[in-house]
Amino acid sequence: MTAETRLLKLHSPRGWLAVIVLALVGLVVIPLLNLLTPPGSALHVPDYAIPLLGKYLCFALVALALDLIWGYTGILSLGHGVFFALGGYAMGMHLMRAIAGEGVYRSALPDFMVFLDWKELPWFWYGFDSFPFALFMALFVPGLLALVFGFFAFRSRIKGVYFSIITQAMTFALMLLFFRNDTGFGGNNGLTDFKRLLGFPLQEPATRLGLYLVTVVALLLCYLLCRYLVTSKLGRVLTAIRDAESRIMFCGYDTLYYKLFVWTLSAVLCGLAGALYVPQVGIINPSEMAPANSIEMAIWVAVGGRGTLTGALLGAGVVNGAKSWFTVAYPEFWLYFLGGLFILVTLYLPKGLIGIGARWRRRREA
Amino acid sequence: MNDRLRRGLYPLLMLLILPWAGAALSQAADDAAFTAALARLNTKDLKAITEAATNLGALGDPRALPVLDALGDRRLVVAEDSGRVLIRGPGDVLIDPVGGAPVAAADLAVRTLTINNAVRRALKLASAGLQLTSPDAGVRLGAARALAQDPQEDTEPALRAALAAETDTSIREALTLALAQIDLSSKEPARRLAAINHIGETGQLSFRPLLEPLVANNPDGSHREPDEATRKAALQAIAAIDNWQLVVGQAANLFYGLSLGSVLLLAALGLAITFGLMGVINMAHGEMLMLGAYATFVVQNLFRAYLPDLFDAYLLAAIPVAFLVSGAVGVVMERTIICHLYGRPLETLLATWGISLLLIQTVRLIFGAQNVEVANPGWLSGGVLITPGLVLTYNRIAAIVFAALVLAAVWLLLQRTALGLNVRAVTQNRPIASALGINTPGVDMWTFGLGCGVAGLGGVALSQLGNVGPELGQGYIVDSFMVVVLGGVGKLAGTAAGAMILGLINKFLEPTMGAVLGKIMVLIFIILFIQKRPQGIFALRGRGAEV
Repeated sequence: MTAETRLLKLHSPRGWLAVIVLALVGLVVIPLLNLLTPPGSALHVPDYAIPLLGKYLCFALVALALDLIWGYTGILSLGHGVFFALGGYAMGMHLMRAIAGEGVYRSALPDFMVFLDWKELPWFWYGFDSFPFALFMALFVPGLLALVFGFFAFRSRIKGVYFSIITQAMTFALMLLFFRNDTGFGGNNGLTDFKRLLGFPLQEPATRLGLYLVTVVALLLCYLLCRYLVTSKLGRVLTAIRDAESRIMFCGYDTLYYKLFVWTLSAVLCGLAGALYVPQVGIINPSEMAPANSIEMAIWVAVGGRGTLTGALLGAGVVNGAKSWFTVAYPEFWLYFLGGLFILVTLYLPKGLIGIGARWRRRREA
Repeated sequence: MNDRLRRGLYPLLMLLILPWAGAALSQAADDAAFTAALARLNTKDLKAITEAATNLGALGDPRALPVLDALGDRRLVVAEDSGRVLIRGPGDVLIDPVGGAPVAAADLAVRTLTINNAVRRALKLASAGLQLTSPDAGVRLGAARALAQDPQEDTEPALRAALAAETDTSIREALTLALAQIDLSSKEPARRLAAINHIGETGQLSFRPLLEPLVANNPDGSHREPDEATRKAALQAIAAIDNWQLVVGQAANLFYGLSLGSVLLLAALGLAITFGLMGVINMAHGEMLMLGAYATFVVQNLFRAYLPDLFDAYLLAAIPVAFLVSGAVGVVMERTIICHLYGRPLETLLATWGISLLLIQTVRLIFGAQNVEVANPGWLSGGVLITPGLVLTYNRIAAIVFAALVLAAVWLLLQRTALGLNVRAVTQNRPIASALGINTPGVDMWTFGLGCGVAGLGGVALSQLGNVGPELGQGYIVDSFMVVVLGGVGKLAGTAAGAMILGLINKFLEPTMGAVLGKIMVLIFIILFIQKRPQGIFALRGRGAEV
């Protein structure tokens, strides 16, 4: 099978059609509606909606990464918020360096370091002046952390809820670490007041549209990569690990390296999402690492439907859309909605929204 | 009244009356001595007045203090006619120092006693001596502190006498400090050496500044203290103080570690039941602690409103209430949600997280998002001062004792009751237990309720140690799971050991690396520990090991 046919086999023809239509909507229709329609029109996509959509797409990328490790491999991570935030911090550090000398204190150092009376840049801030380096670190740091953590955890056969709890503990510890001023990432204020990325001012609608388009492309490519993985032989091993790990081990597979690979990849994708997220929302602070955020990521996947990839994308959109609406309309009931969602989905919708669609289709066929 | 009764009553009456009579007798003797000592003041000879003042101080009568003060302020007068010594109080009222009653003064001719510096010195000494032997501990402490601030060479004998009789730790410290300063400024090398050695033996940090000048250098590099032996002794004494402070610090760490460990134990014990025995991963466990703490808060308010006299007992009433509230919420949770999710641990995790969000938001809507105030009852405030720098507070001691009691109760319940037998049977082998006629769903319900109720008890303890707010439980959930994972699943002994180890490690790491880095080190420690012993400290062996 050539690479070309392998690629074509990722989806059925109808599936490909859907992917192409969605990609066109994201890449062409929405920008055109934003740029060409007059502001009063019903079809107009306002400027403020563009970074919001970009934010949802970043969350969708996280959900995709989480589905890879949870939906397909059966490992529930409660630490993906950390990988996301680490990617975000790497990008935030570059954005801070990009405005060196333009802060409130006109210092070559970021404002918070001047405030803490630091005289020199800490060593781990070196190199972040360069965008390629920052982007590399946004992927490398989460990946390295996942690799080391995963190696020790998987080697000692920590699985199931134990693994989830250990990842939550890691999240908790790192959040506390980043809250400290001495750690060197701006303490509880985090990094903010960004001005431009690669010379483009971040407040400009055009820059925001550009970032949004980059996010759409990144999500599309990552989706295809994940789809490629789960339809490959590797994907079948992953599913086997999820369903009967002992059996696949007795068949001669060393599950450690499979798990480690997909776990690290998942973290890298999260780092990428974080790096795309920060310039669009304009801030990164340690509350992104709160254990609650990481668990919320799991519910995106659960609501959409695990082990489907498309479900993860759908769930991230639905839950975050609901969150945006609730926190404005009924802020005190958002936690009730979210809590209820956790309970209802686990009790009544084990396959998520995608599962409803599938059941409905089956019933119509029968 | 018959004779027998009367015969029995007389000795009893005598017993009651005698002490009063004795007191009255000794009072009369005191009055006589005091009056005699006062009379000696009626002289114009300053030397005689000095002696009289010293004599008055040596009497040890608290009534002498105002007399000496008055003499120092030139308010002490002698009646020309009778020679009685009187105090001129505010508004020119003349007061009789013996009875403390005012004397008709209008037409009384009086002469004010004159004093000189020699009298003043004697006065200061006499009143210091009197204050140091005062029955009021506050006066003694004040006098000792004042002398420690401004040591007087002459007060030394009074200080030594007071130190020998004193039992209160903080007064002793002030007395020792005053004495040490007097001794250190003395001219005799032997006395200074003895003082330095004595300071070293006490090991108290507050004395260290006294020694520092002895080992300091002048700007030109020469020693400020010329005597070699004194310098050496001072160095040794400083080392002794530092060593002792290290010991005290470690003892404090041990105590705080144990108390943190018992809090963790209370938080994790319920989890050891629901997670360890039943395998249910309950992310709302922290909220059970929170509910227990809020139950304590409500009971406290009820007592404050309806039973203010019994307020100090509210905590005892809160214990069963908290247990029942958290236990009932647990039973409802188990019956409605968790029982549908057995065998699906990851789903249970998510559903119980949802429950925790609901509980937090509900509490927030009812009680507000702010922390509520839970007061320590009187018998839990304060603490035991072991040595300066180490106070064992009663609430922490109570937390340790309470944790031990709850641990014992849970152990007894699991090992010695029918419910416990059923619980163990169901956790070891559910199908066989069911086949033997055990109602396994019922056992599940009660076990889960028990685990949540024990968490409620933990909430009572937490309400006495820290803030009570809707997010109280969130801070404990990670630590509780760490305890259970470290201790090994399914073993109460492991949970207890895990809690204590985590508490102690946390507190011993905190001073050197800070709370946050300490927590991270603990996490790394746990991950590395699980590498070596995946089953926890107390590993299950045999078939139970692989679940």
